Amino acid sequence: MMRRKLKVAVFKFASCSGCQLQILNMEDELLTLTDAVEFTYFLEASRATAPGPYDVTFIEGSISTPEQEELVRRVREESRILVAMGACATAGGIQALRNWLRLDDVKRAVYPNPEWVKALEHSKPVAEVVKVDYELRGCPVSKERLLSFIKQVLVGRKPYLRREALCMDCRRKGNVCVMVAKGIPCLGPVVQEGCGAICPTFGRGCYGCFGPSIDARPEALASRLREIGMKDRDVARLFKGFTGWSEKFRKVIDELEGGAR
Amino acid sequence: MTGNGRESLEIRVSNLARVEGEGGVYLKVSGGRVEYVEVHIHEAPRFFEAILKGRHYLEVPDITARICGICPLAYVMSSSRAMEKILGIKPHEEVFKLRRIAYLGEWIESHVLHIALLHAPDFLGYDSALQMVEEHGDFIRDSLKLKAWGNRVLEVVGGRPVHPVVFRVGGTYRIIRRDELLPLLKRVEEMKRRARRVLEFVANLPMPEFRQDITYVSLRNDVRYPILEGDVVTSDGERFKEEDFEKHIEVEQAKYSNSLRYRLSGGRPYCVGPLARFNLNHDLLAPEVKDKLAELGIKAPLKNAFQSIIARAAEVYHAVVELDELITSYREPPQPYVEGEVREGEAAAITEAPRGMLYHRYRIDSEGFVRYANIVAPTCQNYVAMEEDIRRLAPNLLAMPREKAQWVVEQAIRNYDPCISCSVHFIRLHIINN
Repeated sequence: MMRRKLKVAVFKFASCSGCQLQILNMEDELLTLTDAVEFTYFLEASRATAPGPYDVTFIEGSISTPEQEELVRRVREESRILVAMGACATAGGIQALRNWLRLDDVKRAVYPNPEWVKALEHSKPVAEVVKVDYELRGCPVSKERLLSFIKQVLVGRKPYLRREALCMDCRRKGNVCVMVAKGIPCLGPVVQEGCGAICPTFGRGCYGCFGPSIDARPEALASRLREIGMKDRDVARLFKGFTGWSEKFRKVIDELEGGAR
Repeated sequence: MTGNGRESLEIRVSNLARVEGEGGVYLKVSGGRVEYVEVHIHEAPRFFEAILKGRHYLEVPDITARICGICPLAYVMSSSRAMEKILGIKPHEEVFKLRRIAYLGEWIESHVLHIALLHAPDFLGYDSALQMVEEHGDFIRDSLKLKAWGNRVLEVVGGRPVHPVVFRVGGTYRIIRRDELLPLLKRVEEMKRRARRVLEFVANLPMPEFRQDITYVSLRNDVRYPILEGDVVTSDGERFKEEDFEKHIEVEQAKYSNSLRYRLSGGRPYCVGPLARFNLNHDLLAPEVKDKLAELGIKAPLKNAFQSIIARAAEVYHAVVELDELITSYREPPQPYVEGEVREGEAAAITEAPRGMLYHRYRIDSEGFVRYANIVAPTCQNYVAMEEDIRRLAPNLLAMPREKAQWVVEQAIRNYDPCISCSVHFIRLHIINN
């Protein structure tokens, strides 16, 4: 009668748990979802775990210790579709801000016994360690997008993910542009949509939860921000947030900080 | 020792389920004596202290929110309040109300998640809440509806439930309109009914026999159930200001863990969170909550850590009742936020995160950049208490089949709703020698 359930695993690495919480936040869908999906490894939800292989594996968190590097390689081998979920898994997360500092200095600043602390030189996105099939962006990931992704896999379609800039979302919502109207610095022109443009909707500029959009030109936005009177170091700090370690933002940050020195 | 039991027992759980983050536990009892009880926290360190240095004070609430995806608003609130003290500003009364509204939404979301999805399965012997649907469908459905409503509150007041974007130092980024909040009240009576049923359900769960001998600590302001403000009070009769918190605690680090741990002065283990708040503030609960508790025969203080699930459910019911009042009386403030003159300074603030007191201290320079940060998360404060509880449970454990004993140990940890993501935000090491 019923099709075999989709075997889904959720693994957590360095993160705040907010993205896997988005799965448990599907209050209205959770009970019907489990008719078609079996969470075979999801420690936050269940004591019972089953070994792989898994049909879909969601990875939350960045890879920041040698053990995590090893584990994510094993998880990759056990996963048919591997999805990096959220800003930590796709861009290294807020903890990747330490990547601009020397690891020894960071450890020494925090630990009297730095030699005890095992950490990789960088807090890395998953794709720097293993092949990632899909990226679901966001800090946190969008619950609706997550659900839509699972549904697309269930019907056997190649998942489609929107990657355009946040500005498009503001236009659709009829928001007045916070940068044009009020001179509030906003990353919207270069950040991927997915949150529903909530920051501009609530009167503040986008701070980059979803990382660079597909056609992002952060250097162009950086010069515009300088034109409205921002200092290089302040522009750099704006990019240096939850997705600052993404390749495109990293480049513009390095240019701006190099210029400030 | 218990007559029919063994003399020794060894339990090792390397990955605890149904907790936020990565942890384990090791217990060794031999010859009837507890040799080791270690709650392991092996979540990767994220070095927040180093990251915060050099950031502008306005950025701190959003950055610290990322320490925890379950209680981000608590981080936003403790950090905002500390910054406001440094700047010498006081947000408008209606902004205070909005903060309380959002915070209560977070309590509901976080508490119900723990009650129904993480904790209740333990009492009835299920691996997960999803398995409970068949036999206890009403309880699971009531819980999910409440949780969704709590998230809805956060969405309306904060933009989204995980990492809300509306709140800032001094207030909100824009005025939250009364007509945005009022639709929440459409379902408030339904939510009160559901909260009452959830409270009834957990009050009737089979409770393991256990009595704690521990100090309870929470905020108390004598006016309302504590969330955003108050002195620190203890069940040993102490009362002091949040600014002085660090003078009253002792910090230590175990070699087997990535998290700091705290004791009250004199080496006393202590407990923060729903149980502590309930025991020290039950007189401030809404009248209908008190009535319901009396009807169920629940009397404060609760000294069985397993009953924390009841305290949590009582707080959920209280939160729904108070949200009704707060939203009904909310009037839009004249301006969204107040701004202060940036000046050098240092201050501390505590608010009541769902899991207990969350302490933040910052020093900023004359341009508003962070020079020093210290954050004490609730789970770090409950850490010693978790191990103490397991130690006290040991005689009972020896009388149980091994499988059952392991389950009870895990459950004893889950009593605290530990948030391991929170606990490893940063580490300063002191070695504990056994």
